Amino acid sequence: MSAGLFIAQRLSAAVLAFAVAVHLATIVYAVRDGLTAGEILARTHGNAAFFAFYALFVAAVAVHAPIGLRNIIREWTPWRSPSLDLALAVFAALLLVLGLRAVFAVYVA
Amino acid sequence: MPASKNESMLSVEVWRGTDTGRFQTYGVPRRVNQTILDVVSEIQREQDPTLSYRFACRVGMCGSCAMVVNGRPRWTCRTRVSQVVTAAGGLRLEPLRNLTVVKDLAVEMTQFFDKWRDARGAFEPGSAPARDFAVVPPSTPQRQAADAGIECIGCGICYSACDVVAWDRDYLGPAALNRAWTLVNDVRDAGREARLAAVSGDAGCQACHTHMSCTSFCPKGIAPTYSIAGLKRALLWRALGSDR
Repeated sequence: MSAGLFIAQRLSAAVLAFAVAVHLATIVYAVRDGLTAGEILARTHGNAAFFAFYALFVAAVAVHAPIGLRNIIREWTPWRSPSLDLALAVFAALLLVLGLRAVFAVYVA
Repeated sequence: MPASKNESMLSVEVWRGTDTGRFQTYGVPRRVNQTILDVVSEIQREQDPTLSYRFACRVGMCGSCAMVVNGRPRWTCRTRVSQVVTAAGGLRLEPLRNLTVVKDLAVEMTQFFDKWRDARGAFEPGSAPARDFAVVPPSTPQRQAADAGIECIGCGICYSACDVVAWDRDYLGPAALNRAWTLVNDVRDAGREARLAAVSGDAGCQACHTHMSCTSFCPKGIAPTYSIAGLKRALLWRALGSDR
């Protein structure tokens, strides 16, 4: 792992530590009085703060997960060729696109 | 050495072979203040002269007698039987892990020292000779960081204990990275940039999982984990454009 990937993994981990905590606290807070899905969507609709927070969350996941997966694959399998980096770049792009698509869908719902 | 009054027999399982082989069991009389190296020597001299192992100083200076004793890497000359023997009087002796076995308890150390070279573990004096003796105050943070790791004698205990080496045979390992860290902190050294480049990457310091097995087992009390963490920090600042 290069110094660049190392820094990216640590920084994204810091973002995720914050984002996961906020995400879980929000879930607990939102459902404590039995909010319906419709009521939740009414609150997220057009909410720029919601969109920005979850877009950041998704971006951190798209950076962090492929780097960690790359380490695991390198340590546990013989797959070391440049194709590994390519496959994980595709995986990162997939996480980013699918995640942002989901966030956008909730934002406009 | 005379036998104790309550002499009993040790049941010693010893690895015989190379990377493939089997354990052979020997009975060895238990003696007062007996070390693991005493046990191996007694087997080789009294019972089986074909047993191969390595030692030199017998006093914890050379590090050549390192083996895995009851699952843990140790200097056999500095390990008394009483410290490690099971309640049933059992000992299991294996060659160091993560190294190619030459025969029985002797391993090939070339790969281990090649990684010191790959980590640029040799002092780099620079293009011009120093004009005078360098004055390096012992109290400076850099010298203290170097001193913390400088006593390594290259026994291979940490390398044998390292899970990351087991997973990735290209990983430079704790000893080579510790050596690199001592040189990064040597103000006389002129090879900092090349050394930091050498210890970065997939086989370098960032691959360390901080399991701390190296630090836990080092017979010299060195903490290669902290040296590796120092290299990570140095590379982080270097990537951010700072020379800290």
